[in-house]
Amino acid sequence: MPPRTLETLTLASVSDIVIARQRARHWAIEMKFSLVEQTKIVTAASELARNTVEHGGGGTMVISTDGNRIRQALKLTFEDKGLGIADVEQAMRDGFTTSGGMGLGLGGSKRLMNQFEIDSRLGQGTRVTVTRWK
Amino acid sequence: MSKLAEIFEKYQADIITDWIKEMSAANRRKDLMSESELKLQTNELLHAITDASKNGNSSDINAPHWAPVREMITSISSSRAKQGFTPTETASFVFSLKQPISNRIRKEFGKDPDALFEELSASNFLIDNLGLYSADAYVKTREQIIVRQQEEMLELSTPVVKLWDGILALPLIGTLDSARTQVVMESLLRTIVETNSQIAIIDITGVPTVDTKVAQHLLKTVTAARLMGAECIISGIRPQIAQTIVHLGINLTDIITKSKMSDAFALALQRTGKTVVKRMQPLIPSTNSGAVS
Ligand SMILES: Nc1ncnc2c1ncn2[C@@H]1O[C@H](COP(=O)(O)OP(=O)(O)OP(=O)(O)O)[C@@H](O)[C@H]1O
Ligand SMILES: [Mg+2]
Repeated sequence: MPPRTLETLTLASVSDIVIARQRARHWAIEMKFSLVEQTKIVTAASELARNTVEHGGGGTMVISTDGNRIRQALKLTFEDKGLGIADVEQAMRDGFTTSGGMGLGLGGSKRLMNQFEIDSRLGQGTRVTVTRWK
Repeated sequence: MSKLAEIFEKYQADIITDWIKEMSAANRRKDLMSESELKLQTNELLHAITDASKNGNSSDINAPHWAPVREMITSISSSRAKQGFTPTETASFVFSLKQPISNRIRKEFGKDPDALFEELSASNFLIDNLGLYSADAYVKTREQIIVRQQEEMLELSTPVVKLWDGILALPLIGTLDSARTQVVMESLLRTIVETNSQIAIIDITGVPTVDTKVAQHLLKTVTAARLMGAECIISGIRPQIAQTIVHLGINLTDIITKSKMSDAFALALQRTGKTVVKRMQPLIPSTNSGAVS
């Protein structure tokens, strides 16, 4: 099965984070992920959507599928045109925060998902892609 | 002085009479506002408009000399929003002023087409802007009312209940975005003080997602409660939530957690030195149960 975009959402405000969670849950259920997996996907979506809104100044979330007939994946891509991250390695570290948060969003969503890619350029923006395989 | 200002000055009384007539024809709400109140408002507003147009031009109502008019329109519009007027009814208060002014302008400049056109467009422009300003003020007030009602609903949907002497419970339901969590935290802390409670059970069975933000709010609440001498127990952590909390790396080891609310309650009773015992014999109903012997 070729990669397929299921839905694109705008992330501008806190209420969009609620919708991002709802849509992530919808597709996780649709793809018949287990309850534990659904919860992991939704929680990662919540973290990354909040980062997009709070740190990236807003952006988009794309929900897509990937995989073959035997294994399928749910993929979430978060993109913003914000300030970007100066030191990605540092940002990934547990406990690092520039906003008084817990500093667990990036590292946590990496652990909740199977694949985690981050591409951030200072002054240009950030893109995070996470994938969960069935 | 501008020609418009002269007209306002010269025909003040007439304009007010016509203005009120205009409103009764359009959208007068006698049930919401008395005749005398309306007269007072029209009088004050026309005076303010007259003064402002005497003090400078009327092409920009955001200029400083229009401030008194803006304030008056804001207060009139917002009080109408609160009283239950519709947006149309509210804006037509200002728009009803258009015809009476136009009539006077025609009377004054009827024989000079250029001046007539110029003054009519100036006055229309002014009234339109004031009308829009009134609509904005109306919407703003309605928004404030909605936000307030939302907050009141939040307060309602996060009830802190007293389970026993010294034991509170807070069953959380739904999305814990920051505004709501703030309310939760405050009402719990307030009730701890009011009831002088030692233990608060926060039940999160009804919370679908626990992410770092939610966890942080919970941890802050627990810490604040501790500072006030109360201990919190978090109950209702479902297996899937427990797993995500671990993956996120959130440290809850300092906090007492129980999977079920009933377990939390049992612990709370124990901590406050209470025991629940089963009677050996069922209570026998007696006729003089209330009597003191
Ligand atoms: N999209 C983004 N744009 C710019 N900076 C970002 C972005 N995402 C993350 N960051 C930076 O990386 C840091 C770490 O992010 P992380 O999500 O791990 O923690 P946090 O958001 O600060 O706190 P929380 O634990 O509540 O998520 C942030 O404080 C921020 O400086
Ligand atoms: Mg974060």
